[in-house]
Amino acid sequence: MSMNTIAAALAVLPLGLVAMAMGSIFNKAIESIARNPEANDPIRKLVFIGFAVVESVALIAFVVAVLILYK
Amino acid sequence: MSGSQSLQPLQQFLVKTLIPINVFGFDLSLTNSAAFMLGATGLIVLGLGLGLRRTTGLPNRVQTLAELPFSFVEGMVLENNGKEGLPFVGFLTSIFLFVLMGNLLGLLPFAFTFTSQIIVNFSLAFLILCVVTVYGFIRNGAGFLRLFLPEGVPLWIAPILVPVELVSYLSRPVSLSIRLFANMVAGHSILKIFAFFTASLGVFGIVPLAVNVGLIGFEFFVAFIQAYIFTLLSCMHLNDTLHSH
Repeated sequence: MSMNTIAAALAVLPLGLVAMAMGSIFNKAIESIARNPEANDPIRKLVFIGFAVVESVALIAFVVAVLILYK
Repeated sequence: MSGSQSLQPLQQFLVKTLIPINVFGFDLSLTNSAAFMLGATGLIVLGLGLGLRRTTGLPNRVQTLAELPFSFVEGMVLENNGKEGLPFVGFLTSIFLFVLMGNLLGLLPFAFTFTSQIIVNFSLAFLILCVVTVYGFIRNGAGFLRLFLPEGVPLWIAPILVPVELVSYLSRPVSLSIRLFANMVAGHSILKIFAFFTASLGVFGIVPLAVNVGLIGFEFFVAFIQAYIFTLLSCMHLNDTLHSH
């Protein structure tokens, strides 16, 4: 159990918070579309933008873990 | 075959030289990355050229299809920048189509995703940074530096605010390029891992195969979204210079 493995495991630990953020984006989006169905189009665009930006944090963590493991 | 190879998900991102070309000591060889970039550009030129060959006042179906990327990016620019951003539609459409082709071509079997090379993404993002900064200086003169110290801010806060704003401005191309690079590397690594499981499980490999089919669909979605986000964030950075705070 080298330090590399432990470091890589620690690097992907914040992905739980990323999942919570992702869930809250879609939570609010679904609730707001349910309240006001006319706001479907602008909210859907913002949902995809938010999804991509939050996903990038998760993937940066993944890339750091892979760099630790395979360098 | 199954079980005799080890799992190496990162081997697919190695840049291999296809045709070695050495010009006066400079290594200009054709690598698989360069070949796919040429292929992407060739496909874009072919598609747009065939569609826009005979342009009439009332576009037929092929011309409408070829104008689709332009109208998409034009809508994005008008929404973010207003009419002053319209000269940039051609540049942003080129960036959008190049990144989209790069992401999509990597999904073919045995293909190389050139947007998974961080230097390619950083070159694109750095180019956008240079274009936006130079245009900001041309348009606003030295008043472009007002971007880092907005009006109405007391002077004693400047030594703290200006470095923070400068670092935030310079880290934008870095974040743009890392987002695209990480999405592509992670997506293709997961595909490789599940493919390894499919090959090494025998009959029960049908389960990772089904997951892989779903993941390839998701990768198509991610390819479009990442190209859109790349162009959208470039529009937003352009907006900062067009309408400085």
